[in-house]
Parts: sequence; C-alpha cells; structure tokens
Amino acid sequence: MEINVETPINIEVEHIARVEGHGNIHIQIEDGEMTECTWEVVETPRFFEVMMKGLSIEMAPLLAARICGICSISHALVSARAIERALNIEIPETAKKVRLLTKHAETLQSHTLHLFFLVAPDLLNVGSVIPVLKTQPRVVQIATKLKGYANSASDLLAGRTSHPMVIKVGGMTQVPRKSQLQALLIELETALPYLWEALEFFKGLTWPDFVRETEFVSLRGEGVYPFIGGDLVSSDGVIKGEDEYLAMTNEYMVDFSTSKLCKLSRESFAVGALARFNNNYEWLHPRAKEVAKELKLKPQAHNPYYHNLAQLVECFHVIYESKDMIEDLIDSDNFEYATSYEVKECAGVGAIEAPRGILYHYYQIDAMGKIERANCVIPTGQNHANIHYDLRQLVPYLAARGKGEEEISKHAQMLVRAYDPCISCSVH
Amino acid sequence: MKYLGIPLDKPKVGVFGFTSCEGCQLQIANQEETLSDLLGAIEVMNFRLISSDKQDGYDIAFVEGSITTDGDVARLKKIRHQAKVLVAMGSCACFGGVNNLRERFPLADTINEVYGTHPVESGPVRKVSDIVSVDIELPGCPISKPEFEWLVRHLILGLEPQFPQYQVCVECKQRLNTCVFEMGMMCLGPVTRAGCNAICPRNHLGCWGCRGPSDETNYESLIQILKEKGFSEGQIAERAHFFNAFSGVEAIPVLERFES
Repeated sequence: MEINVETPINIEVEHIARVEGHGNIHIQIEDGEMTECTWEVVETPRFFEVMMKGLSIEMAPLLAARICGICSISHALVSARAIERALNIEIPETAKKVRLLTKHAETLQSHTLHLFFLVAPDLLNVGSVIPVLKTQPRVVQIATKLKGYANSASDLLAGRTSHPMVIKVGGMTQVPRKSQLQALLIELETALPYLWEALEFFKGLTWPDFVRETEFVSLRGEGVYPFIGGDLVSSDGVIKGEDEYLAMTNEYMVDFSTSKLCKLSRESFAVGALARFNNNYEWLHPRAKEVAKELKLKPQAHNPYYHNLAQLVECFHVIYESKDMIEDLIDSDNFEYATSYEVKECAGVGAIEAPRGILYHYYQIDAMGKIERANCVIPTGQNHANIHYDLRQLVPYLAARGKGEEEISKHAQMLVRAYDPCISCSVH
Repeated sequence: MKYLGIPLDKPKVGVFGFTSCEGCQLQIANQEETLSDLLGAIEVMNFRLISSDKQDGYDIAFVEGSITTDGDVARLKKIRHQAKVLVAMGSCACFGGVNNLRERFPLADTINEVYGTHPVESGPVRKVSDIVSVDIELPGCPISKPEFEWLVRHLILGLEPQFPQYQVCVECKQRLNTCVFEMGMMCLGPVTRAGCNAICPRNHLGCWGCRGPSDETNYESLIQILKEKGFSEGQIAERAHFFNAFSGVEAIPVLERFES
C-alpha cells in the first residue's frame, strides 16, 4: 500500500500491555510504502478441547471456566447450556433468572475493569491506573465502587469472582436467599450514582475518530437484549439458528496467529459490545438508550474505538436490568433451581454473549455421559481478523495525516485494547 | 509505610503470566477495596496485565501458569535469575493444573486434534518447580485474594509465611457448613490442605483439591468411603487428577490414558 510519508516508520510492540494474554504489533513503512502491518497472536495454546475428552459431562462447566479468568462465568454457563441442549434438559425458571443475573455481574465486572483500568490510562496519557490514584483519586473511587458491586454480586451469585462453583448441568448448586438479595439490591442502589458519575467522566474524554465499515455478529434479540442463547445474526443480513454456529464462524488458520481466525460475509467481522449494540439497540433498557444518546452513539457505529462506549452503555443496561430481576426474585416463590437428568448419546451447541462477544461451545457425548469431542469458538478469536484489518487501514490513515511513530504506535495499541481482547482465551 | 513506627522498604514486585487463564493475576487487580493500600505498600515494576510501564529490578516475582514451551522455559529462567523471591501462584504454577489433563493424550494427537497439520509450538506441561527453584507456593484455582494479601504482608515484614497444613474439613466445620457428603456429593476436603476458607463446599460443591495434599492424609480411608457412597474409581480419578495436585499418590486410581 502506498502512503505519502518520507520518514520510515518501524513499530514493534512485543506483548502489548493492559490486555489479557500475549500479542504483538508489527508495523513498517519504508519509502512511502507499508511493507508490514500485522496483529500477531503468540499465546501458547492450552488445548482445552483435548482436555475435555473422556471426562464426564458434569466436569465440563468447571473445566470450561478455566479457559478464562475474566469471563469464567460465561464459559461455565455456555458449557452447561450446550450440554443441556444436547440432553434436552429444561432448567427451572429460577435457575434461568439467577444465571442471567450472574452473567450480568460478570459483564459489569469485565466492562468496568476494562474501561477504567485498561482503557482510561491511554485517554489520560499514563501507563496504568497507578498514577491515576494520585492525580484523579475520584475516578479510581468510582471504578472501585462499581467493581465492588459487581464483585459482591459475583461472590453471592457465582460463589466467587472467577471460576464459579455454582453453575452445573441441570441448573445451579444453590441460589441466594431473599435476605441476601435484599442486601445486594441495597448495594446496587448505592452503586448507581457512581455509574452516572462514570458517564460524566467518559463523556469528557476524546476518542479517536477512525472509521472502518465492518460486519457485526451477535445473538439476535427478540423482546430482550440477548445474552443467553437464541438465533445468530449479522449486520450484513445473515441469520442462523444456534446449532449452525460453524456457518457463522468459518474458522481458518494463518501463520501469524496461534489463534484461529474467523470470517463471514467479508474478510473479517466484529463481535462484542458494539456488535450487540448495533444489532440489538431496540432492546436496550430505556436508561441505557438515554446514555447512548448522551454519548452520541447510534447504530450502526463503525468506529472500532466505540466498542468502549458501547461497553459503557451496556453497564447501564445490565445494572438496571439486574435491579428489576433482583426485585422479581425477591417477590418470587419459586425455589426450584436444578433438575435431574439422564445421560444418552447426543450432541449439542450453546451460544452466549460473553463480555467480549458471542461465544460457542459444542459437545459430543457418548452413552455413558463422557465427552467424546468438544469445540469452543471464542469471541476474541472472532475479533482477531477484524483487529488485523482495522490496523491495516488505521496505520495509513494516520500516516497520511502526518502522524509520527509514537502516535501511530499509541493508536494501534489503543485499537487492539478497544476490542478488550482476551488472548489466552482465544488460544484456548 | 511504617510498622510499629519503623519505616518499611517497599518491595519491588513483578507479576508474570505463563500458560494459564490469567485468573490469578486478575485476583490481584481485583482487590478494589484494598488496591490503593496494596499499591502503596509495594512498588509494581512489571505487571503487563494492568500496566504498560515496564522495568526490571524487581525483587519478588509472582509467577502464574504452567510451563509448556521452550520460550516459556527461557523467560522463566530469566525471571528466576532476577528475583530474590519467586512465588509460584495458583494451581497451574504449583502443580501443572488443569493443563495437565491433556497429558492423557500424545502431544502429536493433541496438536492434530485442534490445529490439524498447521504447525504450532507446544511441549509437555510442567509446573514451575520442574524448571527453576521455587521459594513459596501459593496454591488455589484461582488464588484467594485475602491469602495473597496475607502473603504480601509477610514478604514486606520479612516473615516466613506459615500456610495451613490441616484439611479443608477444618475450615468447613469452622464455617458451620453442612457436610457435602450428606448432600450426596464427592469431596476431597478430607485430604486437601486448607486456606481457601472452604469456599467450594460453602457453595454446595465438593472440594476438587486445587490446593494439593494436606498433612496426615488418609487416602485409603477416603477412597473406601467414596466407593461405599457409590462413586466409581473413574469418577474418583477424574476428580483427584483435575488439578494434578495429587500426582504420584498411589492410593488414588489413575486416570485413563489414550494412546494414538
């Protein structure tokens, strides 16, 4: 690609910081030509699909959780869901509600960690949240309060913040008591003003104005903003059933990534908060829509840095929906939270919206209830190609505007970070 | 920071991740309520998950993950060379962790199953102490936040940490939990070392042994009881070998291996 710059540019970022896992950025511009521009994933594979083989199905949600320290709740949930769909298990209503509430706690936890600890330092021109403790202690206080609520909710609902022990095939091992839910509700209400203050903080920051049109893939909402199961949809008009996940992901391998990449109608697509926002805006909680308006974020937004704005909008959605759900659960008299089942030879798919985007698990099960084959398609694995192609357009865009090495490097790293990649997850 | 009026040196700390889910590192970043105290008590030199400011010169290295590639080995040796104290953090670093489950299959088959003929670098799963000397083992999947802070306090004060050597059952009784055996579940609490505050039985899941063996284990008797309760050798094996924390214990049934 020809670019009108005279000074050569050579950027090598090894193990980019403030992202989960290990990835490198290589950029080279020589004689006005971009000779190299790669998002390289160098994470060591763990082979979870092999680890699963030969184990009993009840081990699957617990093992799946270990794919990712940040989104362990999503992995445990989707694993249980895939097995339940395979065995035609209908879990009790209360279990469904508590699962979604648990999921919301994870989303809030993950989004606030990302926005405040990993993204905000870039916009404040510092290397980490550590100096922010001194310069803007209030910002850290807000983050602490919001994450504090999300952690309390995870502790109560999932057992702890990473690697939940309560999600099992057939339902939950336990659900919280009403008195515990009442206490959680009070904590949520105390956290709410901090969330609105967070909005003011992020509104005051300036986001890069780069745009690249892409395809967005997510679950398809029907009456509700989707998180657990349902049809799959793309902004280019593809609609598939949950079982047809392979037609939606089309994994392939390249030399510069230990993670597999994905594509659908174009050379790449994006999943995650912005994809969900673009595809399902109409189903957002009214308060979240209000926030989107204030942020001037409208579907279809194609600026990849707006993943972060969409995450902020989703924080509002999940906290307000959690509030409604906790109130419902306090009023409910349905205490059944698990169902028994029998094993048989079967196979099943589960799809879920993890914080970073749509996540699929597939299991083939033998007559003894042992896993014969497993497949997991991870959100970040689906985003890698989109990050790569964004980068290949971002670099010439910046270079053509006279930006130097330092600024290009910073924006490139911010771009990767915007997707909140979970790299070790993608190379599961 | 001062303790009893005496100023304390801030230890210089590095946090490093190898083959893992980074969940243990996340527990450190997750200490919101006490994060500013923690960051005031130590000097973070290198912690890629949360900071792009990176320096060598750390005295204490916290290492998460198991070691699976030649690149991992070289990086770990460099860390060992730099650090005065090396802490293996989490079950992957201490025992190999869940990663070890893939050792039931030949490596070539494993790579082939996931990547086909596409070349991918990987090797056998090793715990940190298979490669370098380890000063302190902080087990758990994930590590417990309070225990990590407890350990940091010891390191700041220069005290040798004394981890509990008694069984999870002790903590379970302290918390007045209903014994999960009574709920029909399997539990490794009677042979697993405490320190987790019996968090799994508390949440109605039997212990999976992520912290490794306690002192004075009576495996034979536990296995006999489990069998009397109707659990098969296969079920006991997959539970006890889940985190590879009981490898080499003869009384525990072995996990089925698959040849190519």
